[in-house]
Amino acid sequence: MSDAAAPPALRFDGVTRRFGSVVAIDRLSLDIFAGEFFALLGPSGCGKSTPLRLAAGFDAPSEGRILLHGAPLTAPPHLRPVNMMFQSYALFPHMSVADNVTFGLKQEGLPKAEIAARVSEMLALVQLSALGARKPHQLSGGQRQRVALARALAKRPQVLLLDEPLAALDKKLRAETQFELKRLQRRLGTTFVIVTHDQEEAMTVADRMAVMQAGTVAQVGTPDEIYEHPASRYVADFIGDVNLLQGRVVRTDASSVVVACDGFGEIIAGPAPEARVGETIWLALRPEKIAVSEGGRAGVGQNEVTGTVVEVGYRGEQSMLEVRTAAGSILKVSVTNRRRRAADGPAVGESVRLTFAADDIVALTR
Amino acid sequence: MRKGLSFTNLTALALGLAFLYLPIAILVIYSFNTSRLVTVWGGWSTRWYTALLADRALLDAAFVSLRVGFISATAASILGTLAAVALARARLFRLRASFSALLYAPIVMPEVITGLTLLLFFVAIDLDRGVWTVTLAHITVTMCFVTLIVQARLASFDWSLEDAAMDLGAPPSRAFLAVTLPLIWPAVAAGWLLAFTLSLDDLVIASFTTGPGATTLPIRIYSDVRLGVKPEINAICTVMIATVALVVIAASLLTKRRAAH
Repeated sequence: MSDAAAPPALRFDGVTRRFGSVVAIDRLSLDIFAGEFFALLGPSGCGKSTPLRLAAGFDAPSEGRILLHGAPLTAPPHLRPVNMMFQSYALFPHMSVADNVTFGLKQEGLPKAEIAARVSEMLALVQLSALGARKPHQLSGGQRQRVALARALAKRPQVLLLDEPLAALDKKLRAETQFELKRLQRRLGTTFVIVTHDQEEAMTVADRMAVMQAGTVAQVGTPDEIYEHPASRYVADFIGDVNLLQGRVVRTDASSVVVACDGFGEIIAGPAPEARVGETIWLALRPEKIAVSEGGRAGVGQNEVTGTVVEVGYRGEQSMLEVRTAAGSILKVSVTNRRRRAADGPAVGESVRLTFAADDIVALTR
Repeated sequence: MRKGLSFTNLTALALGLAFLYLPIAILVIYSFNTSRLVTVWGGWSTRWYTALLADRALLDAAFVSLRVGFISATAASILGTLAAVALARARLFRLRASFSALLYAPIVMPEVITGLTLLLFFVAIDLDRGVWTVTLAHITVTMCFVTLIVQARLASFDWSLEDAAMDLGAPPSRAFLAVTLPLIWPAVAAGWLLAFTLSLDDLVIASFTTGPGATTLPIRIYSDVRLGVKPEINAICTVMIATVALVVIAASLLTKRRAAH
């Protein structure tokens, strides 16, 4: 997908942006490769929109540089070969759908015939060919979103910046649009950079993603790297459900670490090379990695905990159990509801034995 | 809620309206009076309107007023809109609050003071007083009103529209003309109309800043009335009331349209 020798499509090189005494982004360094669908994920107010506004040119970095295909990006917004799709869509209310899409092409001074061809191509791409004459206020939210996308793509940008593009859509439409966006990106081969606070959205659409934490990057990687190999408690906790167990290192070797956790006893986890004996570390254990067993013995390298179910949250395709261990700690366990009968899984008050493999636990030192 | 109004409400409303509009109604009715005596009713007639057309001095004054009103309203609209946009865009500009406060100064300042300061200023820079000094004075005062009206519209303006226009390749000036201006023009037009009526109405500032050969309509009327009220004055005043009423209605329609959008 990306050519390792070529410079990245978009590079943030030690970029800092301060607003007065508030630091929105702090020495951000990030490489986004050509043809990639990249997501910037973070909670609201973590400064994740600022990099987009800096790349689009609406704002300038306090320090650092932004490079587009290796060349510093310093031109004013109207001269940058990147386009942005706004969270509010920012469709021009006094222009028709077709005129909105035409606007950017007109600025380039393209011949009329080519503009017309490109506009109809773009409207076809987002399945709005029939609605070119409508005004934005006559469209549904989903249609408006597609007009905004067509308008931003019409100029064939080298990088398309998407600022929370699906935030205004309802959940079902959002899920469909995520796949549509992904298909579109693959078909066009344009570099997409999306900013979102929705982790499912980021993981669904992105080839790679960066988890933002208070203006800095907490971790960069593919969605499964981030989910299965979180680099810190923050990332483990931000992405998906997780049990974070605090404990002290008892033994450590090349393949595993043994940790004495409060309320659980000794737990064997995946390797933690930088952990030292006696140090406090955290174990991240995903609820779906825990097996609920009713009999038999745990296998080699398995951890075993007994407890009582205190709460069952039925979610349809799965149920989330809260299990109180013998020593009084709570573990979240998810159970897939394969059968239709609800009485299948453990009920509140039932005693269960939980087993989980050492390899499924990530030991985190920070 | 009960339909209609109670007796007390109705009386209050009637008295209020009478207080505001009865003098105007009397002036309008007497402008159609046949009698030369302003206080004596002599039957309906339009003779004073015909007489008006022959009154060279009054017509010249009306023409001066219209010219001053048109030029000052146009200049005030341009400057006032630019000021409103600058104040709205510069959100982090530290002196913004002080600048906004300065805008209100000419509005709350007694007209006598504004007129006097402008007169002293024109004398100080040795500018011959005439139509142009009146126009400049009116621009100064009315642009604040335009700024306030446009600022109110811009308070709810989505600036990402302008960002989007620039992102799509429009230089800042074209982004403003192609996107921002068409969206705020009802407010600009309402500001123009308000500036125009304010200029048309003004007596105090105009008397301070005018010079020979530049008699505006209110100055003309005022000096005529000092020699006694002529019936023609009633007629010209009725014409002015009609003009101002039309302009005010137009301005409020523009504002409503904007709100409905």
